[in-house]
Amino acid sequence: MGDALTVSLRQQVPVPLDVAFTCEPGQVLAIFGPSGSGKTTILRSIVGLHVPEHAVVRVGDRAWHDSAAGSFVPVHQRAAGVVLQEYGLFPHLTAHGNVMTALGHRPRQARAARASELLDLVHLAPHAGRYPAALSGGERQRVAVARALARDPAVLLLDEPFAAVDRAVRRHLQDEIDAIRRTLDIPVILVTHDFDDVVRLATHLVLLERGQVVASGAVTALTSRPDLPWLQAAVGLGSLWEVTVVRTLPERRLAELAFAGGVLLAPGHGLASGMRVRVRIPAREVILATDVPSGLSLHNALAGVVSAIDLRAEADHAIVQVRVGEELLLAEVTPDAVSRLALAPGRPVHALVKSVSLELHGAGVDLPGA
Amino acid sequence: MDVQALRISLTLALATVAVLLPLGVCAGYLLAVRPFRGKAVIEALVAVPLLLPPTVLGFYLLQVFSDRSPLGAAFEAIAGQTLAFSFPGLLVASVIVNVPFVMQPIQRAFEAVPGDVRDAAACCGLSPLQRFLRIEIPLAWPGIVTAAMLAFAHTLGEFGVVLMVGGNIPGETRTLSIAIYDRMQAFDDRAAGVMAAALLVMAVATLAVTTWIGQSTRRRRG
Repeated sequence: MGDALTVSLRQQVPVPLDVAFTCEPGQVLAIFGPSGSGKTTILRSIVGLHVPEHAVVRVGDRAWHDSAAGSFVPVHQRAAGVVLQEYGLFPHLTAHGNVMTALGHRPRQARAARASELLDLVHLAPHAGRYPAALSGGERQRVAVARALARDPAVLLLDEPFAAVDRAVRRHLQDEIDAIRRTLDIPVILVTHDFDDVVRLATHLVLLERGQVVASGAVTALTSRPDLPWLQAAVGLGSLWEVTVVRTLPERRLAELAFAGGVLLAPGHGLASGMRVRVRIPAREVILATDVPSGLSLHNALAGVVSAIDLRAEADHAIVQVRVGEELLLAEVTPDAVSRLALAPGRPVHALVKSVSLELHGAGVDLPGA
Repeated sequence: MDVQALRISLTLALATVAVLLPLGVCAGYLLAVRPFRGKAVIEALVAVPLLLPPTVLGFYLLQVFSDRSPLGAAFEAIAGQTLAFSFPGLLVASVIVNVPFVMQPIQRAFEAVPGDVRDAAACCGLSPLQRFLRIEIPLAWPGIVTAAMLAFAHTLGEFGVVLMVGGNIPGETRTLSIAIYDRMQAFDDRAAGVMAAALLVMAVATLAVTTWIGQSTRRRRG
């Protein structure tokens, strides 16, 4: 069992920063925000590459940095596995040599075998003898991941780990990292400005703007909150649900996805029964109805109850939160619709969602629009 | 061919490199990675020998070496000989003249090490000394080799400062370039020609080795 990472940082210069969060072992905490919001500064402060005025960084009961107590553990003595944005691979060492460099804490005779094992884990064994210059962007990222794991880290820190690779490779690497991190019982911090990374990897989320935490919490809870115009402006609202593929319906090219309290129908491409996937339901794609009309092409008419409404005077839309089974769903509708349907907390409604509007994320799933 | 002069030239060149390289690596590294007050002044001072006429530099060095200066007197008290017109004095002069040739390529080489590589080295658990030895020096290696080669070749060819500080004492301070001048004064064109050709070959060889090392490093690292 790993230890939780507790972070509390405060500084005025060079950029104002005031954040506090905890990441439990097994969680992937995404720090999401626009560039310049201080994401990388947070990560560098956890590692010890940046020293803010006031800082508490602890892993379990070990203090890596406690400015009040005057304790500071230097970077090289912190058991942190770090994948930097540009990776920082050592150009004069092979892939194997790069990983070996991070194994100084292990007995000398065990290092070479361990390095090979880690390269095998990231599917790079055939390229162990190559120098970084001879590797593709995705392969370099894998070396960086293997090197970070080589530290036998108490915390894994990823700084925009997919920013330097193209979209097609990115999906693959996201799945790989997701698979690897599930085997680790340590806190994982993911710094990103791409919500796709959050949707695919994060269990928890800290929304950051100009060095301040806008909101934080479990990613499924946060994406179902109706009162986050910031998130709406940044990426658009959409509830993220964890679902299980119950069965596929090959003749209809659909799959049944079970969520806590119901079933969704989604395009079946790439899905197999038993798979755990995430489904994002964009709030703009959800239609609310008091009755279910017949003769519709859509598959998903979910019966639920309105649980909250965020109606802002200055906005031309309202965000309605609907409880469906045990999940929460967001729908973006006009203020006019709110009054016409007399939407208010406690009102039973049907949420209508086209199956093709569902965005599926998970191992091996790569759907158009996802 | 003045073999004795050749021997003195080579000894002086190797000794200059041997003294300057460790200093250059440490100082070049500090200048490259540590911002500090007065850094610009130090960088300007390092470049001074490049701009100063060799005769001016030689004149001041002779002033410092003379037994009327504290340094000259101290050296004479310890070594029993003056710094001026001696091989040790020649070495001191050569080291000073070569400071920019060693410092600048090494500083540039350390400056070229990417910041994220430096950060990654610390994150890999390497101590500051391990980072310096295992990451910084190997990455700055082409610059360090260039610095050594430049200082070596430049010392072989140095004339003005050597003549001012060392004079022309056979077996002590007469280097190959002084010997060429000496032979020309005596209308011995043949001997001067042989020695000039020897220096030319050494200069070309130095350049070839430097280029080869630079290219082979670049080939591997892309």
